[in-house]
Amino acid sequence: MIEFALYNAWLIPLLPAVAFVLIALVFKPLPKVSAFVAITFILISFVLAICIGIGVIQQGGEFVEHPLKQAFTWFSMNGLKVEMGVQIDPTSAMMLFVVTLVASLVQIYSLGYMHGDPGFSRFYAYLSLFAMSMLGLVIAPNLLQMFVFWELVGLCSYLLIGFWFHKYSAREAAKKAFITTRTGDFGLLLGILLLQINFGTLDLQRLGEMIPNFAQYTHLSLGALTVIAVILFLGPIGKSGQFPLHVWLPDAMEGPTPVSALIHAATMVVAGVYLTGRTLILFKTVPSAMAFVAFMGAFTALFAASIAITQTEMKKILAYSTVSQLGYMMLALGAGSLTASMFHLMTHAFFKALMFLGAGSVLHSMHNEANIWKYGGLKKYMPVTYWTFLVGCLAIAGIPPFAGFWSKDEILLVTYNMAAHQHQPFYYLLFVMAVLTAGLTAFYMFRMFFICFHGELRDKHAHPHESPFSMLLPLYVLAFLSVVGGLVGMPWLQHGFGYFVRIGEFEHEAPNYIIMVGSVVVALIGIFTAITIYLKKSVSHEKLAQQFKPIYTLLYNKYYIDEIYLWIIHNVIDGLGRFLWWVDTTIVDGIIDAVGNAAKLLGSTFRRIQTGKLQHYALVLFAGIVILVIIMNFMDTSSVNLGLLGGVR
Amino acid sequence: MFWIVAIFTLGSALLMVMNKNIFHSALYMVLTFIGVAGVYVMLNADFMAAVQILVYAGAIAIFLVFGIMLTQRGNMKQTNLFSAHVAVAGLVSLAMIVINGFMVLNTNWPVSTAEPPSNTVSLIADLMLTKYVVPFEVAAILLLVALLGAVIIAKEVKKTS
Amino acid sequence: MIGSSIGLNHFLIFSGTLFCIGLFGALAKRNVIAILMGLEVMLNSVNINLVAFSRYVTTEILTGQVFAIFVVAVAAAEVAVGLALIVAIYRSRMSVNVDDFDWLKW
Repeated sequence: MIEFALYNAWLIPLLPAVAFVLIALVFKPLPKVSAFVAITFILISFVLAICIGIGVIQQGGEFVEHPLKQAFTWFSMNGLKVEMGVQIDPTSAMMLFVVTLVASLVQIYSLGYMHGDPGFSRFYAYLSLFAMSMLGLVIAPNLLQMFVFWELVGLCSYLLIGFWFHKYSAREAAKKAFITTRTGDFGLLLGILLLQINFGTLDLQRLGEMIPNFAQYTHLSLGALTVIAVILFLGPIGKSGQFPLHVWLPDAMEGPTPVSALIHAATMVVAGVYLTGRTLILFKTVPSAMAFVAFMGAFTALFAASIAITQTEMKKILAYSTVSQLGYMMLALGAGSLTASMFHLMTHAFFKALMFLGAGSVLHSMHNEANIWKYGGLKKYMPVTYWTFLVGCLAIAGIPPFAGFWSKDEILLVTYNMAAHQHQPFYYLLFVMAVLTAGLTAFYMFRMFFICFHGELRDKHAHPHESPFSMLLPLYVLAFLSVVGGLVGMPWLQHGFGYFVRIGEFEHEAPNYIIMVGSVVVALIGIFTAITIYLKKSVSHEKLAQQFKPIYTLLYNKYYIDEIYLWIIHNVIDGLGRFLWWVDTTIVDGIIDAVGNAAKLLGSTFRRIQTGKLQHYALVLFAGIVILVIIMNFMDTSSVNLGLLGGVR
Repeated sequence: MFWIVAIFTLGSALLMVMNKNIFHSALYMVLTFIGVAGVYVMLNADFMAAVQILVYAGAIAIFLVFGIMLTQRGNMKQTNLFSAHVAVAGLVSLAMIVINGFMVLNTNWPVSTAEPPSNTVSLIADLMLTKYVVPFEVAAILLLVALLGAVIIAKEVKKTS
Repeated sequence: MIGSSIGLNHFLIFSGTLFCIGLFGALAKRNVIAILMGLEVMLNSVNINLVAFSRYVTTEILTGQVFAIFVVAVAAAEVAVGLALIVAIYRSRMSVNVDDFDWLKW
């Protein structure tokens, strides 16, 4: 079974694809059957992914150096060979596990959440398509295949954000997501092309061998390689919602909540992190690009966390939290640690999916009332949601022994080590930013938690109720994983998570108790602040908002990033557009019209030749004979006599 | 003798071309054909001369006269005018005459000195029915097809709604 | 029958001149039937050429004459079809003037 799974990993993305086709073509009118097909297929994929995971663990560290790769040539031409295939190594095995797990749970959850929706079958078709694309991306052995599936997940994201396309805001959000991520994808494609041109291959393994010795294979300077790395990183910036292309992710919450949990928290948005992780060799080769990644990550983490403090919609807060956590992962990559990044990716997938599904449960019972100030005291109505959500909050806040603690601690540790041991003082700044973010995260999470679940129900017309079992089951599973999921990466384990998911030599990071305790303290400070303000209400939050009004307004309006973009688009881009329009209509069109007019003039001159009269044609024919004879006679001076024969040679 | 026939033929041909009356043109054409028949006789091609008289001066001339009859009404005087580009056409034709003359005079033609056979008719008949029997039959079919085709083309078109 | 001074060249020049007169007629006339007449004269001059070569170059073999006879057959067919066309056109256009036949122009 394990052997079979390892060598037939292509089945994992194929099964959801089959489900998609079946639902789209056959089972569309039968919602129940559609859901059954989709869930069955993704569960089979999940089982296969578990088998692969076991297989990889059995192989030990073998697959790190020598991934199990199966590929066939998609097309090839001179100097270009493009393959499609499967690459199994611990990193992709981990991702396969996470993606299939969350996808399965979300699909089960949707049974209850989407019950009675007119687009029920369509929803499952999209979910299957998404699962296929994401899994294809995960197992891609080369950057081109990755890019293809990268675009496919973008498409699925667009389709699912705009799932309720009758809603204006959903349509707009879908477009915004698509266009914003496309902006980054442009850079990604450019980066991929530059790699192909310079290295002649897109195979991840080959690139991994060639890039560290790039001077040997190419004529690139270190600076040029840095430029390639930064351009390539534009794609992850867009897809993983890093500043300044994060604007689409909060708006993407217009989609159904299971979609938000699956795509915009656990899987698709981490594709950027995954891609950066896959090409981490490139960034490791050029330290400045790595510092850039680290800074982008740390800045995004802090930036998004600060916005999340003031937001009033549950899903918006979670979205900014996601952006912030993705920033953490980027920071880990920027510190050169694939392990920490992937570890946080995994635990984040658990607890963030848990919280999104919990939020979905709340929305479900509150009839899609989004404002958290309308909630309150939901604890007594929805105990399961309450407890599982608490687990999620503790996990993200980084309280031991929950999953988030271990991974966040790992990130802080590698950042600190980068500063302390690699003598990169710049990373001290990033470390401070990361610690600050940890405190803010704990604060805004528990702010939301207390507002929602404690106190009195503020909306008197609402009748909250606990969700059906199909929605609670995923909550149980994810809550369990959020508790124990981090234990695989405990710093005391000799052959823990880091032994498998890594690049280069295995280095065991010694646990740093100061950072561990420090991060817990920071998290506790955040939690107690939240308790003081929102649970005990010893300090009025309204008064605080009044006191720090400029900052509050700034944060509430998300630093006016959207407005700045709008302004830029309205003034700079539209102005440029108008200018180019002018250039187009007057200069370009002028030239083209001139060419056209010249042709017209020529045509109207020469059309007179075409009289349609046979005699004219005959006349021209014979006149042509005469002229030809004359020409041949005079041109062929070497044999005048022969010429006079009229060319009878 | 040659000169008389040649001048007679070319003169009637020119008159045919120049005449403004289409019917007179047709008559001059018949004269031209007869002159050509005379040239054939001078070339010891008796059979060809007979064919020329029969087919051209007889059948084709009648054909053309019928054509004139079917297409012309009333006064025949101004029925065969030159078109606007007569000067160019004349120039081209003159140039062709000059070129032709040059070419003929500048070429060393391989001339045989043998005496021409006196009885050409039986020789032609032999050739026609042995060596060239297939083209002969094809020509017969061609004539048949042309006959039918001419009838179909010239037939009055039925008015269909 | 003819003077010994008359040779192949005379016949060739004669036929060429006749050809050009026919060509002139075909090119310069307005009446379609006149054009047809010009074409007939041109064909005749070609026949003269064929027969003259047959007489002076391949005296014993009469291929040239046979060929000329085929030309005559084809010319007869051509005249028949051509006149039929003229009559058909005349019926629809009430004209035999080639200046009016300009439908080849788009």
